[in-house]
Amino acid sequence: MTTDTKHTLNPDKWIDLHADYLYNYTISRVSKSEVSKDLVQETFFAGLKAMKNFEGKASERTWLIAILKRKIIDYYRKINSNKGKAEVRMNFYNDGENEGDWIEERVPQTWGSDADKAIETEELGATLAACIEKLPEKYALVFKMKTMQDFDTEEICKELDITSSNLWVIIHRARTQLRKCMEDNWFVK
Amino acid sequence: MSKFKLTCDEATTICDKSQYGKATIVEIIKLRFHFLGCKICALYTKQNTILSRLLNLNKGGTTICSMTEEEKALMRKNMENFKE
Repeated sequence: MTTDTKHTLNPDKWIDLHADYLYNYTISRVSKSEVSKDLVQETFFAGLKAMKNFEGKASERTWLIAILKRKIIDYYRKINSNKGKAEVRMNFYNDGENEGDWIEERVPQTWGSDADKAIETEELGATLAACIEKLPEKYALVFKMKTMQDFDTEEICKELDITSSNLWVIIHRARTQLRKCMEDNWFVK
Repeated sequence: MSKFKLTCDEATTICDKSQYGKATIVEIIKLRFHFLGCKICALYTKQNTILSRLLNLNKGGTTICSMTEEEKALMRKNMENFKE
């Protein structure tokens, strides 16, 4: 390989060339636009700082994405450690002789008979989106990546540094909460 | 507690996994068995399927968003300051 094929960095062009790409990459994983912008900005700062370590093996964009990934994991760790804050409501008893049984007021209610038919309205989509937004941040994040963006389980686990059983517990809690929210706000009024 | 018997918590977890095609055959059989004695989880499963259809209809993963010119200008300014 000749030295010509080596990639170079040109920070003055980063914003024009990569800002939107990095922003889209982030927003599909973080889903909050303010947070996404901050993470992109931090990535550029970190890139400037680490320029001397760039070996030219990867393209500029690949190199920036690698930095961004670290930033996203750090962000995820941060929200993950905000324990107790906005914890998901329990749906099942978690100890005693009723362990694993439905908690009475969380038991699913029968939905109206048109629940099957009337699922295309815009209003319904808005209710659904609002219910997803009500999930605690880390639940919403994992749930959206899995459900709305079709990421592989392995990919999510790797990116967010969680185990697959951890992932399914989060999906389970998110879905039971989402079901309850849709029931309260849409299906049983 | 027999290994074959599921709690409602476990049953609904399997149901949630199956929405993504990730439940094993054994798990599905256990779930079906659980339904025989538990109408609540059967109802949950039915509603969960409706929810999945609904979520599928509202998938919007491909929207391309971009930052505004003002936001980019601010970012550029921040970078200049950072360099100094």
